[in-house]
Amino acid sequence: MDEVTRSAAHVDTVSRAAQSPDVEQPWLELGLKSDEYERIREILGRRPTSAELAMYSVMWSEHCSYKSSKVHFSLWGENTTDEMRERLLVGIGENAGVVDIGDGWAVTFKAESHNHPSYVEPYQGAATGVGGIVRDIMSMGARPLAVMDPLRFGNLNHPDTLRVLPGVVAGVGGYGNCLGLPNIGGEVVFDDCYQGNPLVNALCVGAMRVEDIHLAKASGVGNKVVLFGAKTGGDGIGGVSVLASETFDEGGPTKRPAVQVGDPFAEKVLIECCLDLYAAHVVDGIQDLGGAGLSCATSELASNGDGGMRVELDRVPLRDASLRPEEILMSESQERMMAVVEPSRLGQFLEITDRWDVEATVLGEVTDGDHLVITWHGEVIVDVPPRSVAHEGPTYHRPLERPAYLDVLHDSTPDSLPRPADAEGLKADLLSLLASPNLCDKSWVTDQYDRYVQGNTALAMPDDAGVVRVDEQTGRGVAISTDCNGRFAKLDPYAGAQLALAEAYRNVATAGAVPLAVTDCLNFGSPEDPGVMWQFREAVRGIAEGCRHLGIPVTGGNVSFYNQTGDTAIHPTPVVGVLGVMDDVARRTPSGWKAPGQVIYLLGRTRDELGGGEWAHALHGHLGGRPPRVDLDAERLLADILVNASRDGLVDAAHDLSDGGLAIALAEATLRYGVGARIWLDAVCERDRIDLFTALFSESAARAVVAVPRSEEVRFTDMCTARGQVHARIGVVDDETDGLDLQGQLTVTLAELRDAHTGTLPAVFGR
Amino acid sequence: MGNVVIDVMLKPEILDPQGQAVGGVLPRLGFEQFTEVRQGKRFVLTVDGDVTQEHLSAARQAAEKLLSNPVIEDVVSVRAEGSAQ
Amino acid sequence: MKIGVVTFPGSLDDRDAVRAVGAVGAEAVPLWHGDADLRAVDAVVLPGGFSYGDYLRCGAIARFSPVMEALVPAARGGLPVLGICNGFQVLCESHLLPGALIRNDHRKFSCLDQRLVVENAATAWTSQFEQGQEITIVLKNGEGGFVADDRTLDELEGEGRVVFRYAGDNPNGSYRAIAGITNERGNVVGLMPHPEHCVEPGYGPSLDGLPFFTSVLQAMAQA
Repeated sequence: MDEVTRSAAHVDTVSRAAQSPDVEQPWLELGLKSDEYERIREILGRRPTSAELAMYSVMWSEHCSYKSSKVHFSLWGENTTDEMRERLLVGIGENAGVVDIGDGWAVTFKAESHNHPSYVEPYQGAATGVGGIVRDIMSMGARPLAVMDPLRFGNLNHPDTLRVLPGVVAGVGGYGNCLGLPNIGGEVVFDDCYQGNPLVNALCVGAMRVEDIHLAKASGVGNKVVLFGAKTGGDGIGGVSVLASETFDEGGPTKRPAVQVGDPFAEKVLIECCLDLYAAHVVDGIQDLGGAGLSCATSELASNGDGGMRVELDRVPLRDASLRPEEILMSESQERMMAVVEPSRLGQFLEITDRWDVEATVLGEVTDGDHLVITWHGEVIVDVPPRSVAHEGPTYHRPLERPAYLDVLHDSTPDSLPRPADAEGLKADLLSLLASPNLCDKSWVTDQYDRYVQGNTALAMPDDAGVVRVDEQTGRGVAISTDCNGRFAKLDPYAGAQLALAEAYRNVATAGAVPLAVTDCLNFGSPEDPGVMWQFREAVRGIAEGCRHLGIPVTGGNVSFYNQTGDTAIHPTPVVGVLGVMDDVARRTPSGWKAPGQVIYLLGRTRDELGGGEWAHALHGHLGGRPPRVDLDAERLLADILVNASRDGLVDAAHDLSDGGLAIALAEATLRYGVGARIWLDAVCERDRIDLFTALFSESAARAVVAVPRSEEVRFTDMCTARGQVHARIGVVDDETDGLDLQGQLTVTLAELRDAHTGTLPAVFGR
Repeated sequence: MGNVVIDVMLKPEILDPQGQAVGGVLPRLGFEQFTEVRQGKRFVLTVDGDVTQEHLSAARQAAEKLLSNPVIEDVVSVRAEGSAQ
Repeated sequence: MKIGVVTFPGSLDDRDAVRAVGAVGAEAVPLWHGDADLRAVDAVVLPGGFSYGDYLRCGAIARFSPVMEALVPAARGGLPVLGICNGFQVLCESHLLPGALIRNDHRKFSCLDQRLVVENAATAWTSQFEQGQEITIVLKNGEGGFVADDRTLDELEGEGRVVFRYAGDNPNGSYRAIAGITNERGNVVGLMPHPEHCVEPGYGPSLDGLPFFTSVLQAMAQA
């Protein structure tokens, strides 16, 4: 390595900064505003060094500091009651929230976006998205259990979708499969609005014993700060190279890649190594290295602790010896963790990392006082109050304004769209919908994910929720679902966010689990657009107030802004994940019926609600009117009925009604195991004063279909009646019927259903 | 028939987990003299007749456009292998 | 009865294999890749996963691990060994079984509930099946295409060493739809599908994985 370029003489030190206050610094290129730069100078009482400037610029970025969104986060706290907090062991603000699921088990889950990187380099972007969220879960002390990936792409037939989707799916699978984490669900949604801004969200769930929860904090003076995992390279620091080129002219670094490359094998080894470290009780505090790398890990650990921290940056093992100190601080190289370890346990710590062939390096220690000091070959290059970097970044009160487009959209109702007049037309619409990009069979995607590894998966795609066992002895486990219809949110972000919440909540209950907690991944356009900011505020308010109504807390989440091309933002897309608990997941309820003779009930009331729905979108390219009405009391009751019915063995199959309405739910429940059904809807039409078309395609919320064994029918209907759950007997499972027979109206054979359902994705992407 | 041989490597600054894994096992087998391993891809494009300058220039374009991902890879060489028969 | 389950760095289904061994009442003994010690087990499972990241070729690096130095001669001496998925790849790279596994013909990882036909119910790991029985076992891999030269394939067929064949559509382009094979002695079996995922009601598509493990218990009892 070139000693000249690495020597301290060429590095911008604190003492040099104090002596040269007037040096021009590239704060603008690093994305800071002039008042932000001034504030840094104020905090430090001098100009920042290059390394400090790098740290502040990345930690004060929208992505790390939530500067545009955090003023709205008070809505979470204001809407969380003491009762909701009861099961909340760790709330918003940590790497991930943690809930108590009983029997001494704690479960942590979180979703994160990796949208832009996945557009630039679909495979690596998606892969490192999975890697990042898994490390978040690991850093809580948990063993990761499963992942899910809500994905959104542009038009299925656009050539760029052919580039982005296969890469993203291969990346999610390539990384997750190699980590040995089952992928148990998610979404695949197509809409023109995501053409230049695909959404790649990743969710991970993990579990630990309640007493094993770990937090990201550095405390205990003299405790060692250890970096372990992969070596540090120049990954993902394209943005900071401006600093390097400003500061150094000779021997400067080569071009830095903006793309991070993931090594799932290194992460798998890191997971097992961390679990051994936790089991040996040799870790005091732990933090993963993700966005903003060491800048984030050191400042957050120090900020959350009760002392300061001193770090010798030149000790960081490098993959590329030409890296400058500020680049090392910013590098987003993957598969790295930072731990705080008591000196007496360091030996044992290093024995464990050795056994796994994981490189571990003591970088420094926890100190008295409240300063984060970073040195480079003995010279101080960073000396900052860590809170000012990690937690006291700028806060913006961005202007909000209800966008004018709303009135236009609301006036353009789906009432004017041509509804099929006869049975022939209804059947044609059913089959077209079933083949449409958003409702077609997604196994081309989901078959690329390992859903069985670890042997704890009780339900996965295409069922309503993913269900995994946590406790091998008792079968106690969790169910998770993520949902969002961005078109609903476009028409009304408050209601749209609540409908996303309601659907995820309903899905979890449909599988038989009691909903417990919520995470979100809020994907929006530019916060500098007052209309987008208004959408954001409305969506946050919708989720927060909805959660209060349902009595389940938001435990954490993620905000992704700037998902827009030019002035055109994506539909507001607040993806909501709900987690539920089951005593024994082997008793979960699948979404399809199997047993002939079982009676099919429709739960909930149907109204003429097609605004933002799949029928208007897929068949008529229409978006307008109002989304379906939100009725959270009805959702609560329905969930209660579904969970109790599952627990008492009153239902053998249950499927939620959402995109595409009853028609699609019936088709999917039939296709699941290839067992047909006879259906009659006259009574429902009469009761709800709707026609057959509306009964089939409306997307009214708070509905589900269930299959009830005949022996349990009386108990089931008695329970519904006693609780006031609207229910109607609409059919019977019948293996003599080929497909669906809507009595007296129309029949659709299994082959017709299957052909329509399964052909769409292979036609575009191949076998 | 002639062949155009194209070699594609990950850019030097991009992590190469494959190369790393191979590099890790070599010393165990007694090969201790190699300090780093990087793994790449080779494409062989066959043309009728001898390879001409036009073939090479087209191959270069194909290499940039399709055979490599310019975000993470470099085309390190495009050359004629000469007549295969 | 003690059945060893090897963990390589990057093994993924080792915990599942341990669970499957327990499900038939045998004792699972963890074996570490770095120790050339089989800990006096009566049989060994090489589990699925991506040993050493499966970089270079699947199983190519695992083959040189210390545990394989102990396992290869033991297997040649008659120790029952089951290689599942990555374990099958390791067995082929170690030349305990012929042939090789290459990338699926559709070039994707795929996870399926796969139907198989049991073609040889006389090996150490298949005696509890009926010859010709159709079973459903999870298949999940990116490189599951079994290939070998024609002479080897004919030999395998002629000697009844094809243990499992894919039923229905060939899921990955394996030559002659071969899903699993055995050595001449019938003690070493390798297959791409994952029997350890099919041993518990409520998890996995079937219970068709259990007979693998009851078979080896019987083989061990007779040995």
